[in-house]
Amino acid sequence: MAPRKDAVSKKTVAKIEKLAEGVLKAVAGGKNPSLDIPVRSLANVKWSDKRRLVELGSQKQKRYFFNVSMAKKFMQTFLVSEACKELIDSGKTTSIRDLYYVTKHTIGDTKQNTFEEQDESDPIIEDLEVTVDALREELHLFAARKGSMVGPITIVDTGDTIDLRRMGSGGWAVPSIVEENIITFKKHEAKYVLLIEKDAVWTRFNEDKFWKRNSCIIVQGGGQPPRGVRRLVQRLHSELKLPVYVLVDNDPWGFYIYSVMKQGSINLAYESMRMAVPDARFVGLSSFDKDKYQLPGNVSIKMDDGDNNRAKQMLAYPWFRHAKWQKEIQEMVRSGLKFELEALSRRGISFITEEYVPKKLKDKDWLE
Amino acid sequence: MAKASSETKAVARGRKAGKPQLGLFEEGQAPAAPAAVVTESEAPAAEAAPAAKSAPARRVTAETMATKQRDISVAEFFVKNRHLLGFDNPSKALLTTIKEAVDNSLDACEEAGILPDLLIEVRDLALDAGSGELTKGEGRFVVVVQDNGPGIVKAQVPKIFGKLLYGSKFHRLKQSRGQQGIGISAAAMYGQLTTGKPVRVTSRVGKRKDAHVFDIQLDTRKNEPVVTHDDTLTEWHQEHGTRVELEIVANWQQGQRFVNRYVEHTALANPHAAIRYTRPVGAAQRTSASTPGNESLVFPRATNELPKEALEIKPHPHGVELGALMLAAAESKSHDVRGFLQTTFSRVSSQAAEEILAKVPWGKKATRPRLLASNRTMAEELHKAIAATKLMNPPTNCLSPIGDELMRKGLVSFLSVIESEGDSGDESTQLDLDSAGMKKKPGKAVKAAAPAPEAMPAVPDAPAEEGVEKIKGHNYFIATVTRPPKVYRGNPFQVEVGLAYGGSWPADKTIELFRFANRVPLLFQRGACGITEGIVSTDWRNYLLSQPKGSLPVGPMALLVHIASVWVPFTSESKEAVAHYPDILKEIQLAAQECGRKLATFIRKKKAADYQAQRRSIFELYIEEVAAAIGKITDRKPGPIKREFLKVAHQVTMAEEEEGRAQDESRDAKPKARRAAETEEE
Repeated sequence: MAPRKDAVSKKTVAKIEKLAEGVLKAVAGGKNPSLDIPVRSLANVKWSDKRRLVELGSQKQKRYFFNVSMAKKFMQTFLVSEACKELIDSGKTTSIRDLYYVTKHTIGDTKQNTFEEQDESDPIIEDLEVTVDALREELHLFAARKGSMVGPITIVDTGDTIDLRRMGSGGWAVPSIVEENIITFKKHEAKYVLLIEKDAVWTRFNEDKFWKRNSCIIVQGGGQPPRGVRRLVQRLHSELKLPVYVLVDNDPWGFYIYSVMKQGSINLAYESMRMAVPDARFVGLSSFDKDKYQLPGNVSIKMDDGDNNRAKQMLAYPWFRHAKWQKEIQEMVRSGLKFELEALSRRGISFITEEYVPKKLKDKDWLE
Repeated sequence: MAKASSETKAVARGRKAGKPQLGLFEEGQAPAAPAAVVTESEAPAAEAAPAAKSAPARRVTAETMATKQRDISVAEFFVKNRHLLGFDNPSKALLTTIKEAVDNSLDACEEAGILPDLLIEVRDLALDAGSGELTKGEGRFVVVVQDNGPGIVKAQVPKIFGKLLYGSKFHRLKQSRGQQGIGISAAAMYGQLTTGKPVRVTSRVGKRKDAHVFDIQLDTRKNEPVVTHDDTLTEWHQEHGTRVELEIVANWQQGQRFVNRYVEHTALANPHAAIRYTRPVGAAQRTSASTPGNESLVFPRATNELPKEALEIKPHPHGVELGALMLAAAESKSHDVRGFLQTTFSRVSSQAAEEILAKVPWGKKATRPRLLASNRTMAEELHKAIAATKLMNPPTNCLSPIGDELMRKGLVSFLSVIESEGDSGDESTQLDLDSAGMKKKPGKAVKAAAPAPEAMPAVPDAPAEEGVEKIKGHNYFIATVTRPPKVYRGNPFQVEVGLAYGGSWPADKTIELFRFANRVPLLFQRGACGITEGIVSTDWRNYLLSQPKGSLPVGPMALLVHIASVWVPFTSESKEAVAHYPDILKEIQLAAQECGRKLATFIRKKKAADYQAQRRSIFELYIEEVAAAIGKITDRKPGPIKREFLKVAHQVTMAEEEEGRAQDESRDAKPKARRAAETEEE
């Protein structure tokens, strides 16, 4: 007996069924069945000044079945739809890699497979997400999980109450699916959320009990934060009204992590609304910190061509148009140097938790 | 026929008609000229530098030199210059010998109206002596060519085989394989030079006549035949015909591929001939089936229809050069120029003659033709007037093209023979038709057959398509084009092109180009040949073949190009390449284009059909999957869903096929416009 479905799941299943019914109707009418799939490319992504988000445009692409170049993708879309419906019906979730294996099989007596590689099935999943307007999580799928969190907050995760004040040195592993039906927030005393780029730096903050002293939630996403982390931070921000601060390396990649957290990414532009925090603030590491905090030249790393190009591209991003950001990036390009967060340890192992971040927050020395 | 006079005439005419190869013979007749030049040029040189002590002393006087100056016989000339006739080396000599004999046989049969039955035999004397192995490199070989032709009367045999420049074909304008009367006697001379053995000729002219056997040698000094053996055979297995046996030094190992190719291609261009070809086989290569020492290949007759008889014609005035015109005028027996024009040339009616004469200042009064021969200005005026007058093209009944239908039959029978060669030749390297020149190696043929189904997937139960021939399990598309006769320099000629596409020809190699002139295969000097240029300069990409710049197209195809003419302009006496006359090149291109259009239509249809079949199978595969998935999602049975999908599939593909056909037609319409332009250009 399948577990009772919640409202979200019911809605998602209804959307998938509607998709299939539409095809049946077209075929019964002797028409070439098609799907309307919003275009997920740079051409269909725009920057919304009002919402301060990267958003998906309104362009849609028709995917016909009776078209040699589209037939396979059409077929794959329904294989994925069917698998997702079954996942939701049985109340299970699975990884996108798992789904690839679930839907992969040989067609008829040919040597052709429904999917040859996971690279083929992943975009189909994204297509389905935008087509039925359901998050990946609502389709009961998750991506690879990484990221951890601690702080003065109690949450409920699939029925288990977890006190994030008592998570030891490892912290609470952030799952991939963090929707309301999985995770709800209980009591908290947090004043803000601090998203840290790296696991190693987060460990320093946890060991120094930074979150206890400053009443904040510290999260790390192991580099570019996965969907789960971003969604959870977004929920903390929107539901608990907690300001979000981002602490990343002083290099183009670090700036990009901040940018994705703030306005969303091009690839997942259709989920920006649910993933991005336009109010997120950048606390460091700034290009001017090397002078402000007297970092010696020998802790710097030379920027390579890739870094330089990346930095120059960022200068053109609409959300970095602010004069402060322009100055920030230009300084990085000018000096040709980048710094890791760990460079601050030159000033003492706990310099970052005891002086750097507290001073930044006190002085409101951040960028937006 | 007065031999001596005719020869002089031949030389004179040859020179005037601008045939440089014959000019070579004149050196012997005018030995004084070069000597005079030498003395004249030396004399002033001696005067100019009398003071110089280093001035060279005279070595000989003109008188001393004169004692050494004497006639050179044609035969002597060719002993030293045998490469001019195609006897460059032992492997090529083997082919040339066979070729000359076969050309003569086929010409004789056609002229007499007999369907040729040819026997071509090559024997390795060392192998016959019991060595069991083929001679490696050079060795002694016997070449036998036998026909069922009309035979040769006893009195003519020695001269035909023992005298250079003796023949029936030089003085007439008529399409034939042989032209000058050098070939077979040159082969006999080559045999004599290399082995010392005379040529043996057996001939019989009819049932009631006895056959004669001659052994003929050639006196190279005098260019005269010497009969060393003359006998009468009361019993000969043939009612009429000629058999030629030559012992020569040859290289079978290297030369066999040319011979094999020559025989195959001769069969291809002469579908009315039956050819039995026997060749030596070493013990190592012998298959159990072949008789000891040699094996036979039979090319059956593909048609019982003799080629249209080629008629002899008079020269056309538009091709005549000034000198030739003067010479002809000198020899004319007519009373006036008007009569001279009408009797000497073709297509000059009394009206046309009047038109020509109206254009010369002296045209009003009757002029003796002999006057023209001595008055250069008048001759030139007449020559210009002829060129300015529109005349009917020369009669084309002098040409005998293979014809569309017979070209197709020839190709089919040729392909069947080489396909079966490939099948049976697995263990026998001897059957390896050619290791270098051709791609039809048995091993390769088997290999090539593998990708073939991919290139041309046989659609089961598909109706036989127009132009497609199924040969030993391979589908070939065959198209042929015979152009209307055209004229270059007053000589009528006609171009034919035939192509065989697909089958087991390899798709990634350049096409096979088979060149023919008057039904004789041309095997050497491909790059120097006008036919090759005509094909290379045709843009085959228009016809859906790939073509690297400046080379033959690439694709699974064999292309046959045949030029029939009363006088094929060869680049040399060994008749290996056709000269690059623009008129001829253009005709070749037009014929190739016409054939190419047929090919393109076929390839396009084939591609469309393949594509449709592929499409349908893709949809059918995916429908199964989609129906199952949708069935599960909507909680329905997949069967009815599948049926609905298939219904739509049928409608959709039908509609698109129609659309494709409409596109095809519009594409075809374009070439039609282009074709119209081409016709106008003509």
